Amino acid sequence: MKKLILAFCLLFAPTWLLAGAGGGCGELPKCDKAPVDLRNKESLQHGAQLFMSYCSGCHSAKYLRYERMAQDLDIDPKLVEKYLMFTTNKIGDPIDPKVNLKDQAKWFGNAPPDLSLETRFRSPDWVYTYLLNFYPDDKRPWGVNNRVFKDVGMPHVLDPLEQQLGPEEFEAAVGDLVNFMTYMAEPSRVTRENMGVWVLLFLALLLIPVYLLNKEFWKDVK
Amino acid sequence: MAKLGKSLMGWVDARFPATETYEYHMSKYYAPKNFNFWYFFGVLSMIVLVNQLVTGIWLTMSYNPSGEGAFDSIEYIMRDVEYGWLLRYMHSTGASAFFVVVYLHMFRGLLYGSYKKPRELVWLFGMAIYLALMAEGFFGYLLPWGNMSYWGAQVILNLAGAVPVVGEELVTWVRGDYLISGITLNRFFALHVVAIPLVLVALVFMHLVALHHVGSNNPDGVDIKKVKDENGVPLDGVPFHPYYTVHDLVGIVVFLAAFSAVLFFFPDGGGYFLERPNFEPANPLKTPEHIAPVWYYTPYYAILRAVPSKLGGVIAMGAAIAILFVLPWLDKSPVRSMRYKGTQSKIWLALFVVSFIGLGYLGAVPADPVKTVLSQILTIIYFLFFLLMPFYTSMETVKAVPDRVTGGAH
Repeated sequence: MKKLILAFCLLFAPTWLLAGAGGGCGELPKCDKAPVDLRNKESLQHGAQLFMSYCSGCHSAKYLRYERMAQDLDIDPKLVEKYLMFTTNKIGDPIDPKVNLKDQAKWFGNAPPDLSLETRFRSPDWVYTYLLNFYPDDKRPWGVNNRVFKDVGMPHVLDPLEQQLGPEEFEAAVGDLVNFMTYMAEPSRVTRENMGVWVLLFLALLLIPVYLLNKEFWKDVK
Repeated sequence: MAKLGKSLMGWVDARFPATETYEYHMSKYYAPKNFNFWYFFGVLSMIVLVNQLVTGIWLTMSYNPSGEGAFDSIEYIMRDVEYGWLLRYMHSTGASAFFVVVYLHMFRGLLYGSYKKPRELVWLFGMAIYLALMAEGFFGYLLPWGNMSYWGAQVILNLAGAVPVVGEELVTWVRGDYLISGITLNRFFALHVVAIPLVLVALVFMHLVALHHVGSNNPDGVDIKKVKDENGVPLDGVPFHPYYTVHDLVGIVVFLAAFSAVLFFFPDGGGYFLERPNFEPANPLKTPEHIAPVWYYTPYYAILRAVPSKLGGVIAMGAAIAILFVLPWLDKSPVRSMRYKGTQSKIWLALFVVSFIGLGYLGAVPADPVKTVLSQILTIIYFLFFLLMPFYTSMETVKAVPDRVTGGAH
């Protein structure tokens, strides 16, 4: 029986073996660890506020609706309508600035991508490190470059925030922002993990009668 | 009540072989009593097949098979459909789980010689299932219409271009367009949800019919039908139902726990079940940095890349799969099970496992000169396992096979 459980665990082991393989982070040897905690509502709410103020003017997050966000992050829908919705007045709408992509491509070189899935496409650590690694560079049109994403078209949008907060608080703020973006990439993740605990608990309990039933039937077979 | 039930069953049995079929396949199907751990993977394949069919049907209800709508509809399923995320992860995790259990099921066959006479057709139907499964996985992988879906399909479809003379026309014909487009997506959708599942279910049926006709092999490779009691029941056999139904339940619950652990806590499989570039919509103008097929194809992908010429690679890859079909005729050993085969067979099987897993790893990572040489060595070992089999299985000394199964019931 123990052998059986061990063997099944080993079945999926190759996945973790392979998962360890990760590359560098642009010009940096390794990405910094993003402080992701999807159960920290305060951090998520702060992240949502930052996202709406600094990101959503150019980037869409078209797979997330304001209403869903309000519900998941425990924000009063009235507050969302008043303080967080800038480009629509329907709370059932997805987050989308509705800026012409062709115009944007003209302004920045590339149209700013939709950010709904960015942390699943890049990884939360990548986005976190990217946002913290802008540096002045006179050769670039916006006067900044990035160590993670060389010659990126995006200006250092968070610069005013960085000036205002100082390095430590700024890092924490970016952490909240990335935490929110991680939520945004998969809103059902907390539900999924909560349900997973119950499913595994149920299966562990189910194993007891199933195991005893098997033992009972086989006890006479020599 | 019992009387009514009996007469009703009699009425049915006079018109349809219900009881007869049930007895033939379940209550009077005598399976060897010494099945071990490796014998769970057949029934687990069935469980995963049912999971794929059921979740697939529900996913189809919300999926939009068009170049414009496919990617959006996946996110719609993940976010707006009630429990859509659960259905989708059950299906995507199920795809990987399917190959995990099928590979282990096939390994069991290699270990105990389950492909040898009289089970050659069981093996051949099984191989056809494996082939259909690979096609099913390939067609299904395009459907999320992510960038890795797109470029993965691009790489594989272009392999047809290696065919001399008509290659390019052939690729265009298969794609239905001059590049992979909504037209390709639609035909893949039709094949994934209708054609291949039909083939799969039919083949699984024949796999089981053939198996129950000749009877199950066992870890000793002993023919249990040789020693029977006065009623014609094999002394080393137990009725499949209830003995193996209750026994399989244990394995099923443990498997479901492992499956759920992945599904609920690691549905991405560390980027190997759901690859990162697939969270970006298909983009014909943007090639992902590193294109790798999903992990269950990587051994063959490594073989493809190990051969310097494109056509040669395609042939080697095809041969690597095709050679499995003739396995029953390559094994000349007088015994079935590895327990009684000689040292050479054991060493070659171990080498084969190492080469298969090694190639699986090499096919998943970017190629470099050292890794290419390594792939070439492992490819040679992979083929030698089969090509030398007629020699080492007939030349080595084997142990004496007992008349009855050993070890008794677990």
